Amino acid sequence: MNALFELAVTFAQVCSSLAMIFATLRLLRGPRAQDRALALDTLYVSSMMMLVMLGIHSSTTVYTDIALMIALFGFVGSVALAKFLLGREVIEP
Amino acid sequence: MTMNELPAWIILPAALLLIAGGLLTVIGSLGLLRLEPFYARMHGPSIGNTLGLGCVLTASMLVSSALAHRPIVHEILVTAFIVMTSPMTAMLLMRASVHRSKSPTL
Repeated sequence: MNALFELAVTFAQVCSSLAMIFATLRLLRGPRAQDRALALDTLYVSSMMMLVMLGIHSSTTVYTDIALMIALFGFVGSVALAKFLLGREVIEP
Repeated sequence: MTMNELPAWIILPAALLLIAGGLLTVIGSLGLLRLEPFYARMHGPSIGNTLGLGCVLTASMLVSSALAHRPIVHEILVTAFIVMTSPMTAMLLMRASVHRSKSPTL
């Protein structure tokens, strides 16, 4: 029963790293700037998922707080990029 | 309780949620890579990755609650934050794309 759980965690980690590879490919290839911003958004969500699975694997709850911080800073970064693409001005006077 | 003596009624839903979350995430990112116009490309990450992350966070909540013998709900914070902020980011990026499509030089 425990081997099944280990297998599930490993499978989810492989899937998450595949998702990060796809997002990196789109980040490098993306024809326009909004494609790259979207790829960066996907990349941080996948890395947060990888971190949560690391926490499941090592049975601690420390990683959840790090995941929360990554979510916070990733959201701020994505909103700043989108605002910059929208009007060339991140903080409007 | 260590990882080796988790009961089966915790292991099975957690493993199923982990597998579903991994598959949803990889499908969402594959959509980001394969779909062609930007507005179609938006759907994959903003729907698939959010649901996949929700599945993985629920599995993490199940396992850590069973390990500590008391409910641990720290992951609800991350879930609520992602559910609130992911549509907002998607909407802002779409508005930026619409704004940039109007001018031919960008």
